[in-house]
Amino acid sequence: MIDKSAKELIEEIDKKSINAKEVINFYKQRIDKHNSLINAFINTTIIDGDGVPIGIKDNICTEGVETTCASKILKGFIPPYDATVVKLLKEADFTIMGKTNLDEFAMGSSTENSSFFITKNPWNLDYVPGGSSGGSAAAVAARLVPWALGSDTGGSIRQPAAFCGVTGLKPTYGLVSRFGLVAFGSSLDQIGPITITAYDAALLLEIIASYDKNDSTSIPGNRRKYTQALNGDIKGLKIGIPKEYFIEGIEKDVKERVLEAIELLKSLGATVENISLPHTEYAVPVYYLVATAEASSNLSRFDGVQYGLRIEKENLIAMYKETRRAGFGSEVKRRIMLGTYALSSGYYDAYYLKAQKVRSLIKQDFLESFKKVDVIITPTSPTVAFKIGEKVDDPLSMYLSDIFTISVNLAGIPAISIPCGFDKNNLPVGLQIIGPALSEEIILKVADIYQRNTNWHRMIPKTFLDG
Amino acid sequence: MSITRETVRYVANLARLGISNDEEELFTKQLANILEYVQKIKQLETTNIEPTFHTIDVYNITRNDEVKQGIDREKYLNIAPLVKDGQFVVPKIIE
Repeated sequence: MIDKSAKELIEEIDKKSINAKEVINFYKQRIDKHNSLINAFINTTIIDGDGVPIGIKDNICTEGVETTCASKILKGFIPPYDATVVKLLKEADFTIMGKTNLDEFAMGSSTENSSFFITKNPWNLDYVPGGSSGGSAAAVAARLVPWALGSDTGGSIRQPAAFCGVTGLKPTYGLVSRFGLVAFGSSLDQIGPITITAYDAALLLEIIASYDKNDSTSIPGNRRKYTQALNGDIKGLKIGIPKEYFIEGIEKDVKERVLEAIELLKSLGATVENISLPHTEYAVPVYYLVATAEASSNLSRFDGVQYGLRIEKENLIAMYKETRRAGFGSEVKRRIMLGTYALSSGYYDAYYLKAQKVRSLIKQDFLESFKKVDVIITPTSPTVAFKIGEKVDDPLSMYLSDIFTISVNLAGIPAISIPCGFDKNNLPVGLQIIGPALSEEIILKVADIYQRNTNWHRMIPKTFLDG
Repeated sequence: MSITRETVRYVANLARLGISNDEEELFTKQLANILEYVQKIKQLETTNIEPTFHTIDVYNITRNDEVKQGIDREKYLNIAPLVKDGQFVVPKIIE
């Protein structure tokens, strides 16, 4: 059963060659046996359903089941409602197997910023799984669940998917409802699937993508049948290769694997064109001003009054400050500080407003490129997974590990990361396929045809091969 | 970019964020580093560029002002740290 994708499990259940209870028990046993090795789950409370198991990142609200954002400030928080995506999964009868670990409030690129414990990379337990959806990516890589939900503000689905050798899709901004997703950077956040195959990503997207009146950024209208677009035909597809993504500092093995993948797509009928996204180098600075500004505003709700932790003090301001001192971890405080500074009187124009203008230039780069090409292909990250502890004392070097994923969020467009091989130390390499707004059908089709012709996405780390 | 401990204290107060002496020292150094790095955006001329606060063409989502059944009030009060007579309790704010 371990080698089956979610689609294949669903087919077997429909054919009655296995029943759903057996599938649920199988994965429950795998979680019981293996979770302590990698700490992918924060809690393993099963929310009953009668269908294929799924993991949910712990910044997505589940009614009646603790939702912590891996933060001490939300320890013990039991949401009074379901996120829209959770409601949709329940209606589709999925079985939620638990809540997965993340960097506190999804702020980080390694899952080392969780207040509870570090999640480990199933391919090598000394390495990070990436982040912030590291728990979801590690859980799928170790086959503790066949698929999971993550959230992506600057690469938090795609970078851990790349580091863990699984498939991760960041949908177009507004395609999937964020109602019930604990907000980090509201102009950037999207929920998306982390799966074994591109087909599963299309299937899960069909279930979670819908217009939602409870999310004022939700795009009105019906969603597509994404799985129907996966027809295995990319003849005449134009692929753009941006020179700014193949720069010095990118690991040799990463570059080689990505170029090999592009060659394969060429042999399947695509054509390749060199392009330029000239404002790429400004994406990280823009992101760390815009995302932190939005975060500092969003996280002001954690004040000890309505929910979560409260440290009693004699006056209101002292109560706020002590609650937030005790409740937030170091990276969250750093980002609140940076965002508050960028929004503060005298600095707003120079930092926040300036960053939003440069963001327009980054978005414009993509609009211009998509007049010439259908999709853009890049490495998902300049490196494979790094060692636990390696970047934890240097926030800036940690921020730079998202250098290839951040522009996509700033532009609001979709992108998918798929496994495209391994480096010399047997760590997975991720390939990113970027498309224009609402082009999920195209990027999924490209990912799917690549997977029809390769086997990287089917590889399972050997510690987890049993069963 | 000069970030001093006073700046850090001032910003922490704006954010209603308690930070320790050690954090104050650490953030002074780290925020200076990060701000120096983000200065890069000042190289670009943006006088005639409109800002992108929002990336998709969805504007002014409104609904009719109708009373609807929301989630049970009790459900929210049950998860609050301190409640009295159906209301959230905060420390005294008026002397």
